[in-house]
Amino acid sequence: MKRILAVDDSASMRQMVGFTLKKAGFDVTEAKDGSEALNIAKQQSFDAVISDVNMPVMDGITLIRELRSLPNYKFTPLLMLTTESGLDKKSEGKAAGATGWIVKPFNPEQLLAVLKKVIR
Amino acid sequence: MIAQHDDLHHKLNLEQDQDVKQFLTFFMAEEEYGVDILTVQEIRSWEEITVIPNSPDFVKGVINLRGTIVPIIDLRLRFGISAIEYGPLTVVIVLKVKLENACKIMGIAVDAVSDVYSIAEHEAKAVPHLSDSDNAQFVAGLVNVGEKMVALLDLQKTMDI
Amino acid sequence: MSIDLSQFFEVFFEESFEGLDAMEAELLNLVPGEEDLETINTIFRAAHSIKGGSGTFGFSSVADFTHVLETLLDQIREGSRDLTAEHVNLLLKSVDCLRALLRALQAEQQPDLTEADELRVKFEEILGMRAASKAPEQAPETVRESSFNTYQIDFKPHHHLFKTGNEPLYMISELAELGELETQAFQDDVPDITNLAPEDCFLSWRFFLTTDKEQSCIEEIFEWVEDDADITITLCGGLFGDEEDVAVETVAEEAAPAQEAEPAVVKAAIDPKKPAPVKAATANAESTSIRVGIDKVDSLINMVGELVITQAMLSQLGEQEITEATIASLQEGLAQLAHNTRDLQENVMRIRMLPISFVFSRFPRLVRDISQKLDKQVELKLLGEQTELDKTVMEKLSDPMVHLVRNSLDHGLETVDKRVAAGKNPVGTVTLNSFHQGGNIVIEIMDDGQGLNTTKIREKAIKNGLISETDDLSDNEINELIFLPGFSTADQVSDLSGRGVGMDVVRRNIEALSGSVEVASAPGVGSTFTIRLPLTLAILDGQLVRIAEHTYIIPLISIIESLQIDISKVSRVGKDLDVLRLRDEYIPILRLYNIFNHKGAIETLDKTLLVVVESDNQKVGLLVDDLLSQQQVVIKSLEANYQKVDGVSGATILGDGRVSLIVDISGLIKLSGLRKPGSQELIIESKANLEAS
Repeated sequence: MKRILAVDDSASMRQMVGFTLKKAGFDVTEAKDGSEALNIAKQQSFDAVISDVNMPVMDGITLIRELRSLPNYKFTPLLMLTTESGLDKKSEGKAAGATGWIVKPFNPEQLLAVLKKVIR
Repeated sequence: MIAQHDDLHHKLNLEQDQDVKQFLTFFMAEEEYGVDILTVQEIRSWEEITVIPNSPDFVKGVINLRGTIVPIIDLRLRFGISAIEYGPLTVVIVLKVKLENACKIMGIAVDAVSDVYSIAEHEAKAVPHLSDSDNAQFVAGLVNVGEKMVALLDLQKTMDI
Repeated sequence: MSIDLSQFFEVFFEESFEGLDAMEAELLNLVPGEEDLETINTIFRAAHSIKGGSGTFGFSSVADFTHVLETLLDQIREGSRDLTAEHVNLLLKSVDCLRALLRALQAEQQPDLTEADELRVKFEEILGMRAASKAPEQAPETVRESSFNTYQIDFKPHHHLFKTGNEPLYMISELAELGELETQAFQDDVPDITNLAPEDCFLSWRFFLTTDKEQSCIEEIFEWVEDDADITITLCGGLFGDEEDVAVETVAEEAAPAQEAEPAVVKAAIDPKKPAPVKAATANAESTSIRVGIDKVDSLINMVGELVITQAMLSQLGEQEITEATIASLQEGLAQLAHNTRDLQENVMRIRMLPISFVFSRFPRLVRDISQKLDKQVELKLLGEQTELDKTVMEKLSDPMVHLVRNSLDHGLETVDKRVAAGKNPVGTVTLNSFHQGGNIVIEIMDDGQGLNTTKIREKAIKNGLISETDDLSDNEINELIFLPGFSTADQVSDLSGRGVGMDVVRRNIEALSGSVEVASAPGVGSTFTIRLPLTLAILDGQLVRIAEHTYIIPLISIIESLQIDISKVSRVGKDLDVLRLRDEYIPILRLYNIFNHKGAIETLDKTLLVVVESDNQKVGLLVDDLLSQQQVVIKSLEANYQKVDGVSGATILGDGRVSLIVDISGLIKLSGLRKPGSQELIIESKANLEAS
């Protein structure tokens, strides 16, 4: 079973994403900010990471940058959750090493469709 | 034989009728009364009751019904008939009544329980105006069951204390 | 597979309300010109979360409204716009507005968008946006009849492509889903094995895709790797081979500028379903869930563990032969069981306890708004915020406290001029304090204002017929008159407080929580309102007493002492009131059998017992036949199936299954007629007489 790390400071979003992914057959671990996520990622291995951008303690882009520097995560799909107003965030994210993005708001079906691009 | 047959026939007919309801009937001061069986929660024997100070005389007090406090109404006193001493033969019918916007559980102390009858509500006749005007408000209607007359209680009015 | 999103709604609402509280708290701390980035970021993130969540879960009205807030906050945090006081006020108003919107949605009602729209227009003016430009929408796809086209797609990833986490295989797979795909792969660039860098991509492809889908669909597949690959898409004429050099841009073009037609603003106006006015009743949404610290849960788990051990021990004992030894062990075990049960119970009660800061937290905002409105300068001090109390009690405490604080601000604190003239600090202080005392929680609301105007209160009370000219009352007693119904001494009825419906409702609400409220005041110095509440509503330590054949329960916490009456110290006052001289006080004797109308009780004073109790700072003695045991009782409601009974605060079930009533001392005092100011005076007069004799 493929393992996904879902990071968002909003509990309702974590729940929705977690539920959706589990139903689709993934193993999901949740984290509420970049720092917690980074710690978890260092201790376990994941096949993909989905992260919100705006979070306290460590934001999503910094998380992605940190993850990319870890040997285990060189090729791991790292996806950003971003809102439409963050067009410039996309380039910032890519520069940090993000694989792609999912635009908020999204529904469960959209999430899975996008995920299919990088993990199956 | 024929009379029994008619009775049975009537009963069977009734049960096929749409607005037929089942009523639990009981005796109080030698009269028979009925309540919709769907309101009956259980039947208990008389038990020690806790008096509520300064309550109307027909409120005998409260009992403990598996952890819930339930008031017991003396139906005789509610009807203005002289009270009798309650004892081990007295029966308490615990009812669930919808009052205003809440469902309340209350009990009534009666002499004895009678039977369960299927009664078509439309057959109940209104209480004649000449009779006990005070108590008439508590009775929804009078109905014949076989040879006897049963007074169907209007629980909304009776239990609104 | 479709997922029902409504299962996540409640969590979303709760976290949104918390987010709004956080926004508000930070906004109140903001001083334009001195703001720190972290505060702005916190506020931004809160708005951002609410926008994201509301959009995801389908609450578009909230999402649209929050969007403008977020845009403004984003500009401020980037530094492209300076924060002004107007922004802060507008944002605070928006917080209120969002709360109302979310509450309506939570109650599954149609939210009233009028205020949101008004505020949004103001935001748009600030932002210089005419219309709420929503996210650049997808370029409106020109509807073409589905005709099949063949595209030639050249895809040459840059060497580092794999390190972006993208997988060409999946992309090709997606491409294949669009139609008929022919693939040509090129290995020309693949170096020989000695030079092969395994982490790099050296392959490239040419695809021929015959599809009826739009070109944009193809572009979307490569969206993420635009900068990491060379991609060209060319439309072939029908079958591949013919290349029309259309050289279409592969980069997803900037969407057509958002339609100028005002979207959401007009939508709200046109919305046929008129938003039903949110009933005032729903304003008080009592939440049905509670947050519990893990430590409390762990404690509980430990207690239950102990309980299980004790139960196993008792069970084992029960299987043995009954001998003297086993009986002793059984008794020990039962004592242990009692101990475990008590621990468990205390810990469970603790779960419902929350710090009073939850209630205190609404006051900074309240004080700020009201002091602005009244043009007074006020500083709010909060003490004892960590004091814990039962969640339900806290929810019901909120309104009375708000009234008392408003009262302090409106009538207690003077205007700046008056304060300066009186030699006081122009900034008035309102202090909220809370602490545990005995089995109660005490909440004090203090102000350093002008204090209660005792003369005016007395005049008003006489005018309203509450007391008479000749009544001689202490200043404190006169002050307490403000809690009587129909009382108001404001010169004009201000719309904040003072309509005369206030104080008595406050007292009634607090008494409904089995608590009390009183006031102490000094003219020119200030006033203090003190609220006392029992720590828990559900369990009570009770003293069982017997009156005739009836068993009643007196709350242990109210009992000062119990004694046999010394007849020589009893005097009759007025018509039928007996008082007992106890040390240096006079205690009125309440004959419970009279108040409760029970026959068969002992009436002669020297054969009965007197239980001296205190309620609302008033001491009385309850006459009982006998004292029975003390036990802890669970309070059961009489109102559920019967009704409220005067003089009785509730019922309980004793160990033998019988129902026993719990006396309400305050109610008993009322029933006995002692509360009336007239009878107070009677006692004072008689006190004086007795002392004189």
